[in-house]
Amino acid sequence: MQSNSTPSKSRQDWDLVIGSKRGWFELHLVDLWRYRDLLWMFVRRDFVAVYKQTILGPIWFFIQPLLTTLTFTIIFNGVAKLSTEGTPPFLFYLAGTTPWNYFATCLTKTSTTFKDNANLFGKVYFPRLITPLSIVVSTLIQFAIQFVALVIALGWFLLQGVDIHPNLLGIIFGTPLLILMLGGLGLGLGVIISSLTTKYRDLAFLVTFGVQLGMYATPVVYPLSVAPEKYRFWLELNPMAGIIEAFRSLYLGAGTFSWGLLAYATGFMVLTLFLGIVIFNRVEKTFMDTV
Amino acid sequence: MSDIVIQVSELSKQYRLGEISTGVLVRDLNRWWQKLRGRPDPYERIRDNYVTSAKSSPTATDVVLALENVSFEVRQGEVLGIIGRNGAGKSTLLKILSRVTSPTTGNIKVRGRLASLLEVGTGFHPELTGRENIFLNGAILGMSKADILKHFDEIVDFSGCGQFIDTPVKRYSSGMYVRLAFSVAAHLKTDILIVDEVLAVGDMEFQKKCLGRMGEVAKQGRSVLVVSHNMASISSLCSRAILIQKGGIIADGKVEEVVPLYLQSGAEQSGLFKPPPEEIPGNELVQLLSVEITQDGANCPCADVDIAKDVIIRISYRCLREGLQLYTAIWLKDSMGTVVLCSGNAPDFNSLEDPWWGKAHPVGVYCTEGRIAGNFLNYGRYLVTPIVGITPSKTQILLEDKISFDVHDTGSMRKTYFGHRIGVVHPPLPWQTERAPE
Repeated sequence: MQSNSTPSKSRQDWDLVIGSKRGWFELHLVDLWRYRDLLWMFVRRDFVAVYKQTILGPIWFFIQPLLTTLTFTIIFNGVAKLSTEGTPPFLFYLAGTTPWNYFATCLTKTSTTFKDNANLFGKVYFPRLITPLSIVVSTLIQFAIQFVALVIALGWFLLQGVDIHPNLLGIIFGTPLLILMLGGLGLGLGVIISSLTTKYRDLAFLVTFGVQLGMYATPVVYPLSVAPEKYRFWLELNPMAGIIEAFRSLYLGAGTFSWGLLAYATGFMVLTLFLGIVIFNRVEKTFMDTV
Repeated sequence: MSDIVIQVSELSKQYRLGEISTGVLVRDLNRWWQKLRGRPDPYERIRDNYVTSAKSSPTATDVVLALENVSFEVRQGEVLGIIGRNGAGKSTLLKILSRVTSPTTGNIKVRGRLASLLEVGTGFHPELTGRENIFLNGAILGMSKADILKHFDEIVDFSGCGQFIDTPVKRYSSGMYVRLAFSVAAHLKTDILIVDEVLAVGDMEFQKKCLGRMGEVAKQGRSVLVVSHNMASISSLCSRAILIQKGGIIADGKVEEVVPLYLQSGAEQSGLFKPPPEEIPGNELVQLLSVEITQDGANCPCADVDIAKDVIIRISYRCLREGLQLYTAIWLKDSMGTVVLCSGNAPDFNSLEDPWWGKAHPVGVYCTEGRIAGNFLNYGRYLVTPIVGITPSKTQILLEDKISFDVHDTGSMRKTYFGHRIGVVHPPLPWQTERAPE
């Protein structure tokens, strides 16, 4: 059989070879581009599916962070008397939870990719990475709604003549970059976890819990500057610290804007994302046999 | 020579029974730690005991080969049927071809774009409208938005759901849902299409439409791989078929040759099905003791029958509970799986009156004999499915295609024409010609 098929085979290359082994770095990113329409369809599906048959629709995304922020204002500022670096507490917490929520939602949602899509993945091939990517994109909608809340609040406080100094130029150029970092970090960590959960189910519990704890390990409800010197180093090891601080300093003019921390966060994000994609790529080939 | 579009070489797929990992991170870490300190695996014993209790030798049974050294090629424009019993490895082959899972060894080379339909309506979301789902499903199957837009009207027309295209599909009837889903798939413009059993969807009319569509696809020079249990659709659709058994290909050739092999692979060919006592099929009510094919004048079971004589089918069974009202019946199929007839000792089928039909059977052995008239069947191979049940129609035993027989043309009906006679049956019928007034 080999002998009679060889001539025609060598003349023309095969378009696709399905083999047992795939190199660690064969990521098939071109495939991803070919399926870009699918990415948008998934985003659209997620959006429509969430808002159909709810009373308030997208307003839920508005209410939730406002309530959270209100609670934080009462607990951490009113009761615990944590510093907000001279900015209005409400604004301080809102500017912290908005980026944090985006990151946290990306992470938790992508971390269940394999489990949630087992049925779909078992029936048809498409680049699996499309699914977590679409989550990161569709979570942007939620982010946008909360962002609008932040901008409105910011405008309101500015009109009141409160002493805050948003950096307009920084906002325009910095926000997209910060969002990219948040999304990249959430995606990277999320796909690593989702890859591991195909083998270890108990990691899934860790995620919800870990994200909750993670918020306290990140300067969301307190500024980095109030952290005692001996904990400071450990807090700065958290790549989210630099991002959140930078975000807040752009919008409120308060906080630690550190290029060093941002560079560290970028490096961390790129590494995590790369590692995540490699592992994900590894797992997607055979996970149907273990799920 | 037409081009090869798929080349499967020495493909194997191995599944592990009983996971290699314990499934819990802490345990895996612990196991690794113990191994590092040179201690025995703390979980090994548990696993061993478990496996030993289930199967006799743990190492040998841990691994199951779902596919073993499968090699074949598909040429452009070819419609290839893949057939085999449940568990033969068809689905595994399909999953590897669809890139849902990957092979353990071997590889598949593909030329051109490949799309697979293991299910219709993959990814349909109930909250989305028909229109939105067409785009979503199309994108999942690998179509670009522009592709879908181009064929959108065709898809809607084909499905016949035009009126409801902006209604969420959760309000569709199941028939409409399936029709819409198939329509999207039917308009996939890929070079190679892999289809699994999706033909059996919708009502008769729509099924016909689907079958026609598959044929069209092949005529356009694209290749199709079909997996199905429906031999009728396989034989009408495919030119070539592959028969898979226990993970390997046991036949590869023209569909007319392979389909009969599949149907007969489980059939007794000696004219007598009589299992040893420990393998007697049945339950606590009734057991099927034997099925025998014979003819008048032959005083033993005989699978080669004369076309001119009655074919006699004897079914012996044992009634195990006092007072059951039992019946016997058969299905008769031709070698391509088409059902020729269904008959039995019930008055609905019976030209005689069976004294035991509808009567309470005392515990004991019974034998039902049925006859298929001579010169009724055509020559060729036929398969019998014996059935024993409790009236009214509570089937207890049904052994599909359990025994086969060959009808031989002895020439008694050959008078003027000596060529091949088409048709499943060949009964002499009354014909007469009269001169008609002009």
